[in-house]
Amino acid sequence: MTLLTRAEPTVAERRSGPPTPASRGLARDEPSSLLLIPALLIFAVFVVAPLGVALYLSFTRWDAISDPTWTGLENWVRILGSENFSNGLILSVKVVVISWLVQTPISLLLGVFMAGTQKYRAVLAALFFLPIILSSAAVALAFKSILDPNFGLGASLGIPGLQQDWLGDPDLIFAVVIFIIAWQFVPFHSLLYQAGVRQIPKSLFEAAELDGASRLQTFAHVTWPQIRNTVVTSSTIMLVGSLTYFDVIFVLTGGVPGFGIRILPVDMYLTGFAANDMGGASVLAMVLVLLGLLIALGITSFSGFGKMNSQQEGL
Amino acid sequence: MSASGRRPNVLGAAGAFLWLGIIIVPIYYIVITSLRRQEGYFTDNQLLPPLNPTLESYGKVLESGFLLYFSNSVIVTVASVAVTVIVSLMAAFVIVRSNRWTAKASFSLLLMGLAIPLQATIVPLFYMISKAGLYDSLWAIILPSIGFAIPVTVLILVNFVRDIPRELFDSMRVDGSGQWRILWSLVAPLARPAIVTVAVYDALTVWNAFLFALVLTQSPENRVLPLSLWTFQGEFNVNVPGIMAAVVLSTIPILVLYVLGRRQLVSGMTAGFSK
Repeated sequence: MTLLTRAEPTVAERRSGPPTPASRGLARDEPSSLLLIPALLIFAVFVVAPLGVALYLSFTRWDAISDPTWTGLENWVRILGSENFSNGLILSVKVVVISWLVQTPISLLLGVFMAGTQKYRAVLAALFFLPIILSSAAVALAFKSILDPNFGLGASLGIPGLQQDWLGDPDLIFAVVIFIIAWQFVPFHSLLYQAGVRQIPKSLFEAAELDGASRLQTFAHVTWPQIRNTVVTSSTIMLVGSLTYFDVIFVLTGGVPGFGIRILPVDMYLTGFAANDMGGASVLAMVLVLLGLLIALGITSFSGFGKMNSQQEGL
Repeated sequence: MSASGRRPNVLGAAGAFLWLGIIIVPIYYIVITSLRRQEGYFTDNQLLPPLNPTLESYGKVLESGFLLYFSNSVIVTVASVAVTVIVSLMAAFVIVRSNRWTAKASFSLLLMGLAIPLQATIVPLFYMISKAGLYDSLWAIILPSIGFAIPVTVLILVNFVRDIPRELFDSMRVDGSGQWRILWSLVAPLARPAIVTVAVYDALTVWNAFLFALVLTQSPENRVLPLSLWTFQGEFNVNVPGIMAAVVLSTIPILVLYVLGRRQLVSGMTAGFSK
């Protein structure tokens, strides 16, 4: 190192050069990036790497027993052209859209109500949370026996309207699945809205009341603009979540879901683990990943995680 | 609407009580059905409590290997949550305190993980886990569960670690503390509420997870509770009280956890997601 450069160190040298006492203190203050490695390593191996492996498997024929053999684009052409795929894609989009349309207004209504301060609302909130602690398998088994056309609740009470072939009829099972998803997840989303409403300054409500605003006006002009971020967060979780619904459908239908509820993840499982066509299942897995990322990107550009991120960085 | 409690929210109240009914009826059904005798099951009015309640279904479930599945679930959940929380806290510490590009890039990468559907990885994971010789072991469930729990855990912890005042880090530094000491005696204690929250949240997720167990394990020795519900259904066939007893038993531990940590779970979850 020459005298000249020592007199005027470049930025790079300043960073890599011999540490002054001050910069040594800073370096110690800033934790080593090595502490990131365990989390990144596990995440990379068990979340990221499978995506690459799925891409590879999608170009092979593999029956889960022998070794995969390269077949090029054959799986892609076959799967994307199949009726199961188009049916599954349409059903998946329907589940995503309808479950959002059903859950959002209910969650919003309940969340706003639970944000109140009366004691009994806290009791209600505690009870509302109960479905979250049940596993999807448990929920599905409960509804399976409740909805059984011969031995279920409808038959037991002798109410013909309740005594339908809920799980056999393709239209009915679609509605049943939408209902069960809502049953399980509305509690969580109404909690998000409750927290969102509680963050609104009380003075805004008081001002609205002084101005003689009706309840609806207060909601439209005070509550709604203030919880827009919550709507985005809740919608993101809801949309990505309902895209991949599997457990309930699988258990509810006893592992043999009919055409009426064969959404993409279900189709993927059946293609891979029931028909032993792992290559075809990998094509469907790649489509699922793409859809998940598309939804996330769509909402991010709308605001979503991007906003969440920038809010954190602003702190 | 907290400030306008004087005016009744009629629509909200009606909706809330209607939804309460929708939630409570199936839960009530599960509990009372688990206490029914199998013989009278089909002829009873299923909404009335049984005239002569019995615990015989619970006995049958306990004799059917329930304790083994229970301890498998405990092992899987405790191992997954412990590793997840430790590695995520280390990562969150670096992400908040480091200005290097590696920290920022890692955080972005982990956030992207939130959008990757777990279902999409079961086929490749089946391939990888089989190749690694881990198929049909508890490791096959534990390792991917940690991978998928890390993104949300890091996100929630980062939100809380950011709130730790800079001066506290500075004063630890002046005292000459190294990074491990700062992590252990400053970050961990101050982030304790967040750690409890994510731990309960992760535990709930892992305890109830079904798909990894379905695809990556096979033998009864490595069966966890959600999968055992599925197999009970096959074995018990039309024994609905037995199946409901299994549902209740599989939920009790998480119910206890929920009762103990509800306040922290609810406030932490909503803060972590909506901040």
